[in-house]
Amino acid sequence: MSLLEVRNLRKSFGGVSAVADLSFELNSGEMLALIGPNGAGKSTCFDLLSGQLRADAGRVLLEGRDIATLPPQSIWQLGVARTFQVPAIFSSMTVRENVQMALISRHRAVWRFSRPASALFRGEADTLLAEVEMARQAERAVGVLAYGDLKRVELAIALAGSPRLLLMDEPTAGMAADARGALIGLARRLVRERGLAVLFTEHDMEVVFGAADRVLVLDRGALIAAGDPAAVRENQRVRDIYLGVE
Amino acid sequence: MDFLAVQFLTGLASASSLFLVAAGLTVIFGVTRVVNFAHGSLFMLGAYIGWSILTRLPREPGWFALGVLGAAGATALLGVMLEAIVLRRVYRAPELFQLLATFGVVLMVQDATLAVWGPNDLSLARPAWLRASVAIAGQRFPAYDLFLIGIGPLVLLALWLLLHRTRWGVLVRAATQDREMTAALGVDQRLLFSAVFALGAGLAGFGGALSLPDQSANLQMDLSAVVEAFVIVVIGGLGSLPGAYLASLLIGLLQAFGIVFVPRATLVLVFVAMAAVLLIRPNGLLGRPLAPGQITQEIRPVIRAAPTTLKWLGLACLVLAIVAPFFAGPFLLSVLTECTIAILFAASLHVMMGPGGMPSFGHAAWFGLGAYAAALAVERGGASTMVALLAAVLVPGIFAIVFGWFVVRLAGVYLAMLTLAFAQVVWAIAFQWDALTGGDNGILGLWPGGWLRSAPAFYWLTLAICVGGALVLRRAMMAPFGYALRATRDSTRRAQAIGLDPRSLRAAAFALAGAAAGLAGGVFAFAKGSVFPGYAGIGRSVDALVMVLLGGVDTMAGPIVGALAYTGLYDVLLLATSQWRFILGLAIILLVMAFPEGIAGATRRFWLRGREA
Amino acid sequence: MNLTRRVLLTGTAALAAPAIVRAQGTRPIRIGEINSYTAIPSFTLPYRNGWKLAVEQVNAAGGVLGRPLEVISRDDAGKPQDAVRLAGELLDEQKVDLLAGGFLSNVGLAVSDFALQRKKLFVASEPLADALVWEKGNRYCYRLRPSTYMQAAMLVEEAAKLPAKKWVSVAPNYEYGQSAVKWFKQLLSAKRPDVRFVAEQWPALGKIDAGATVAALARAEPEAILNITFGPDLTNFVRQGNTRGLFEKRAVVSMLTGEPEYLEPLGDETPEGWIVTGYPWAQVDTPANQEFVSAYQEKFKTHPMMGSVVGFAMIRAIAAGVAKSGNTDTEHMADGFAGAVFDTPFGRAAFRAIDHQSTLGTFIGKTVLKDGRGVMADWHYDDGGKFLPPDAEVRKMRPAAG
Repeated sequence: MSLLEVRNLRKSFGGVSAVADLSFELNSGEMLALIGPNGAGKSTCFDLLSGQLRADAGRVLLEGRDIATLPPQSIWQLGVARTFQVPAIFSSMTVRENVQMALISRHRAVWRFSRPASALFRGEADTLLAEVEMARQAERAVGVLAYGDLKRVELAIALAGSPRLLLMDEPTAGMAADARGALIGLARRLVRERGLAVLFTEHDMEVVFGAADRVLVLDRGALIAAGDPAAVRENQRVRDIYLGVE
Repeated sequence: MDFLAVQFLTGLASASSLFLVAAGLTVIFGVTRVVNFAHGSLFMLGAYIGWSILTRLPREPGWFALGVLGAAGATALLGVMLEAIVLRRVYRAPELFQLLATFGVVLMVQDATLAVWGPNDLSLARPAWLRASVAIAGQRFPAYDLFLIGIGPLVLLALWLLLHRTRWGVLVRAATQDREMTAALGVDQRLLFSAVFALGAGLAGFGGALSLPDQSANLQMDLSAVVEAFVIVVIGGLGSLPGAYLASLLIGLLQAFGIVFVPRATLVLVFVAMAAVLLIRPNGLLGRPLAPGQITQEIRPVIRAAPTTLKWLGLACLVLAIVAPFFAGPFLLSVLTECTIAILFAASLHVMMGPGGMPSFGHAAWFGLGAYAAALAVERGGASTMVALLAAVLVPGIFAIVFGWFVVRLAGVYLAMLTLAFAQVVWAIAFQWDALTGGDNGILGLWPGGWLRSAPAFYWLTLAICVGGALVLRRAMMAPFGYALRATRDSTRRAQAIGLDPRSLRAAAFALAGAAAGLAGGVFAFAKGSVFPGYAGIGRSVDALVMVLLGGVDTMAGPIVGALAYTGLYDVLLLATSQWRFILGLAIILLVMAFPEGIAGATRRFWLRGREA
Repeated sequence: MNLTRRVLLTGTAALAAPAIVRAQGTRPIRIGEINSYTAIPSFTLPYRNGWKLAVEQVNAAGGVLGRPLEVISRDDAGKPQDAVRLAGELLDEQKVDLLAGGFLSNVGLAVSDFALQRKKLFVASEPLADALVWEKGNRYCYRLRPSTYMQAAMLVEEAAKLPAKKWVSVAPNYEYGQSAVKWFKQLLSAKRPDVRFVAEQWPALGKIDAGATVAALARAEPEAILNITFGPDLTNFVRQGNTRGLFEKRAVVSMLTGEPEYLEPLGDETPEGWIVTGYPWAQVDTPANQEFVSAYQEKFKTHPMMGSVVGFAMIRAIAAGVAKSGNTDTEHMADGFAGAVFDTPFGRAAFRAIDHQSTLGTFIGKTVLKDGRGVMADWHYDDGGKFLPPDAEVRKMRPAAG
């Protein structure tokens, strides 16, 4: 059984179809890229998988359990973490506190009043920050960080949930080329070491074809191609409507 | 049947009057996002200026129209002054901070109006044509009401044309949709805002002057007008003119027919209607939800542990407060008691407004519920002071968690107005339900008994409860719960994506804040020996808002500083001068300009100067 | 920060020498006065003029017990909780001998309760609530003005003479309006078992929806109307009523409407023939009133209002009470004020021993239009002492005071 199985997922906004009859599978230890031109429905797809939006029809099975109707917080508890296209972080907290917040939730310590939040799971937070190379900025307010650093913090937040499935929406947008490589390298390492499943969207085709095990191509909400990078790269339809545009 | 037809027309006429006041408010809010608490003052000024002009003009219809337009123009000018002198300096301040400045204006205008026009109600003598009536369904119906029925839709149409058929209107609408975009297009935002204020204020003045044939210009009309206007604007949907007209119709007709069917409950009816509309349509009748991009992601300063110096300072103040009864006279002690209670009251609102991100215009609801719970426990249940104080925590706490559960899905001003609706219902019950609450005469004789009889003993109890309560709140805000609450405020999406449940967090914050405010109310009841409907009144809610905003929303010390500053200032000024409203208003405006992040916020900035926040 | 310094000084003085006894001699008699100056200026500003005039006159005549009167005045901002704090300030910092004042009933009751707690005398001037001397009456509280009950009783006396049987009422929906309607109904029904009340309207105070209210009253087709609304609500109600013809061929009985504060804003729209309580200041030709009016006009360049009389009479009443008590010891005054007789512009009045209510009355008359203004006509003075329930009933209603 696959870790994630998406069957006939649909979502439309006011009659305009954003995701149409989408089906795919994703296994543990696999890195899957979701590509397509702007407005293809990638972010909507992410929102459907993580519970931010509710599908009109279709099923999202996580290890066989349908999570399509669950609220985001329940989906997170089942081991699905995500990052957003525009980083969503807690702007009134420091870098470390952002990660601590996620750890507090992960360890179900939200309703614990015995100790201040800033004293909880400090070490664990620092380990995660070290992993995304943000340890030195742990004390800084996230409001003053560079864009690329925000993405890293968001990744650390996502990882704090010890996810089995990680959804990354444009994880390297706004980063310099070498930093992109490092971040994707990190993601690959996690996939390898932890058996994590990663679904990510990405504009940089170098990154996509270098890192992904498989690639899904979306256009106007519909899946038009799927397969290993080499096959997708050769797909004529993909070339026509997507790669040609790039 | 005939009667209902006439009542329907009467409802239409009052709908028009309501719309005229609300239209200006919704236009101003739509573009500038300023919650203009002084809108009622502009309405009042319109009426007074209108009286001054119209009593000097011939009494023919043409002159009347000219006089009303003159009053509208003069009020528009005052609106522009208000915008240019006061508000322009605080646009960049956090949400709702402008409300504080406009509240200062309300106070100043009250005293200024009294000084200029004197204490008596001024009524405009009606010439025959204003007294005329027409026969409708066998009854006499005022011709002027017919005129009003027409003027509402006419003004709506004129505004629609102005906004849709002129270049200026297009800019205004663009600014309503997306402020940053308009700025990027090279539109002079300052000019635009001034013009919008002129329009909004002019409409208020127009409405005020047009009310003269029906009512006198009087010194109470500012507050009743602004509350009504807020209700209309919120029911209609913020920034929506057609929505405001629909809402005016709804409320006008509701009142006209409410009088027939539930004559005693008209006050409650309006607020129940508002609550019902908002629960079904969280953005009002025709309001649109803000697109994600429009919700400006405010970068809030990081809340860090207090610096050691501040901790020592706080401790020193506390020690001073504890030994106060040994050197302070009874009056100073009573002022200190009030300040202490204000600290807990403000701290409880801060939980909602600060970390909770839920502004409340009706926080006095919980304060009043706590006070009445304590009072009724003593009066009806013969409870001891301590048991009564327990009731003062539990009753509002339970109400708050139930109410909170339903309303926390609303956001911003809508949520704030729903809390106001609840507070007004609490107030109306206290004010009108004589058998239970003693009505306006309140419940008396609640002096604490036994060892608490001595003023110092009661003061120490107050200090222990209120400072203790504030520390508990602080602790909760530093605990995971407070962080999770703040996380939910900073980014609801992110909070949900890490497994936090915004609804229960916010409802819990509601309950915590409600219980704490209730406790403050309970202590206040014993400090004063009595409870009155005013404890749940709008004035009390505004007090709490002023304290929190004045101190600074984004610091933990803010509400404490704000409570001490405002309560102290008020108590001293009330004693020192008969023009206390003018001076207090001026002081608030000056503080707002000097410290746009609140007093504590500005102090922190000064403290952190040269360092990274 | 004069305040704190003074507070500190008195504080230390009290610690250092608690037993200092001040010579009574010519030390002024200090009256701590509290009223809603900023909240209800239309009443309280004339009221302040009134007490100022009286203080001046009393002191010019040598004061009371050889001591001058001194009034220390405070603004309660219309809030009972502030009134209580200021009452404490007056007692503890200003060392006043007694408290006085009040317009709003809740302020009056709050200060009265505070006075009881502190065992200090409080002379309530304007608050009308019956509870002030009855249900919540206490040893230390005296009240000057005729209460809601008394005014209702005076109006009932006239209303009972009307042929009307079918009545409606309109009153602001709060304690004052509710108890005025209650007493009026009760007393009128006792005198006239044949009357019926067929409809009632309860507009929210300050928020009357006048057109709808008038139409709803008219629908009941009453023969007579009882009105309790006042101030801006009244103006609004009268205008809609005039235009819609509500008052035509109907008797209207209206509380307080004859008081200049409420009558003047009605201007040339004052409906004629309403039976009202009030103060026809220009017409009352008793020497007491003439003297008062001319002194007032000379000093303030304007004519007196009802508030002016209340402020003036309050000082007269206090002066008489203190004189009768012989000193300013609270317990002596609490006993001594009972039965104290004082002269007011309305005539002579006294504080009753049984419930501490003064017998000050008010004028009853009919409204007429004169030179485009509403005035009272066919008026007479009703002595308040004649419009109170029998003593046995009063005792029953005054359980707390003992």
